[in-house]
Amino acid sequence: MSVLVIAEHDNQSIKPATLNTIAAAQKIGGDIHVLVSGKGCGAAAEQAAKAVGVAKVLVADSDSLGDQLAENFAAQILAIAGNYGHILAPATSVGKNVLPRVAAKLDVAQISDIISVESADTFTRPIYAGNVIATVQSSDSTKVITVRTTAFDPVAAEGGSAAIENLNAVADSGKSTFVSREVAKSDRPELTAASTIISGGRGMGSAENFSVLNPLADKLNAAIGASRAAVDAGYAPNDWQVGQTGKIVAPQLYMAFGISGAIQHLAGMKDSKVIVAVNKDPEAPIFGVADYGLVGDLFDVVPQLTEKL
Amino acid sequence: MKILVPVKRVVDYNVKVRCKSDGSGVDIANVKMSMNPFDEIAVEEATRLKEAGVATEVIAISCGVAQCVETLRTAAAIGADRGILVETDVELQPLAVAKILKAIVEKEGIDLIIMGKQAIDDDCNQTGQMLAALADMPQGTFASKVVVEGGKVNVTREVDGGLETVSLSLPAVVTSDLRLNEPRYVTLPNIMKAKKKQIDTIKPADLGVDVDPRIKTLKVSDPPTRSAGITVPDVATLVDKLKNEAKVI
Repeated sequence: MSVLVIAEHDNQSIKPATLNTIAAAQKIGGDIHVLVSGKGCGAAAEQAAKAVGVAKVLVADSDSLGDQLAENFAAQILAIAGNYGHILAPATSVGKNVLPRVAAKLDVAQISDIISVESADTFTRPIYAGNVIATVQSSDSTKVITVRTTAFDPVAAEGGSAAIENLNAVADSGKSTFVSREVAKSDRPELTAASTIISGGRGMGSAENFSVLNPLADKLNAAIGASRAAVDAGYAPNDWQVGQTGKIVAPQLYMAFGISGAIQHLAGMKDSKVIVAVNKDPEAPIFGVADYGLVGDLFDVVPQLTEKL
Repeated sequence: MKILVPVKRVVDYNVKVRCKSDGSGVDIANVKMSMNPFDEIAVEEATRLKEAGVATEVIAISCGVAQCVETLRTAAAIGADRGILVETDVELQPLAVAKILKAIVEKEGIDLIIMGKQAIDDDCNQTGQMLAALADMPQGTFASKVVVEGGKVNVTREVDGGLETVSLSLPAVVTSDLRLNEPRYVTLPNIMKAKKKQIDTIKPADLGVDVDPRIKTLKVSDPPTRSAGITVPDVATLVDKLKNEAKVI
């Protein structure tokens, strides 16, 4: 049976998370269809059709799907769910919001946040904030799955030429309406897509002090992240949070400043290719996972580093 | 307006869990159990809505073993008016819990369900969305702000890249994120008062709900460890290593 991948997109283009999810689908096997559900999302659909490994792109384009309200989005997925043995979405805020609705309506369990495909019905996933890896097997006829994107290398964005097919869009549920969106404006790359991330922890000391990271981030074209401790202390906004309860990232280079390395933070960044840790405390657990550790005061190190790069 | 707050009994967030040596599960014998932190935030939010005169009654519900009654007492000490224990020794998965909750929602005539976005043990992040789907309700997940007015609930949600606000017609399901509120410190007088609050115990079968697990855990294991690298003496060495050894800048 075919595998359905739910695309993450902003109508103009598909998000990289979609390519990671297609890679997970390839491990399951079978034809891969990608659903692009949105409003004026033709450009995103054309891009999805070019991704390697995709057999068909299904497009549902309507006013009611533009804001990706869970009620309408889930109904759109359910309209075609019967054709598939597996339904996969990236474990992003959109995927996590909509997919359990689909699973419940199909009367099947959802397997959240998989990090590997062992077979068509067996997967691994982290539990207890990443302290334990569980191997789980689903007995349901349809497997509904969210994918931890950092665990799968993305398929190539160019090289495919899938057919694009239009679907009839479902009607609006009338139960929810979109009011507003406040997107944190930033010229920096997105945390989950950045190749370099500069993160600050409680050691930053204040929200103002976080700005010492800006020149370094500018120089490396890096995204800025934060530990949960820094977010809880009000030093950084929640959408910067890297960790089990925040964003899961795996950049080429992850630099942690003033982060002790609580397990819940490590769960969010330990798949990074190279980890650098700077901390005053030589006993900080972060040094246990860092490729390069430097014991020192971040307020001395960051300016020096910025100058030398 | 009646609010239902589902609360889960989980291993306390300060406990570092270990896998059993045969990999058959996580060893939770004799470890401290607490209310799931996200659920505590949900109880606090419901209590505040009652204190503000928006809600008339806050009912806490917990599904699982008999000891979940302790979790219900904690909810009552924060401010829930009464509790319901749906007792079973079967390992409950999110779909089963959602089905139980749907039955209770219908039985009690609930207008708003506020619950944690995920439990810190299985990290599923499913139950609220599943309940909303089964009960044909709209949902506001990962909430950082909840405003009830004019038969609707406006929910500000924590989404990737920022915040989003949706307006939901009631009845609805809201799941709490970390920044929704800071739960109050539970005082001794309130713990004592909570002991007198009513807690009803029922079985899943009383609700006609099938709670059989759909997912089988074949084994659990420790995550692969990342070995520590080297300590560099100064910034110059660090820059050199990053450029010439790791080749990432």
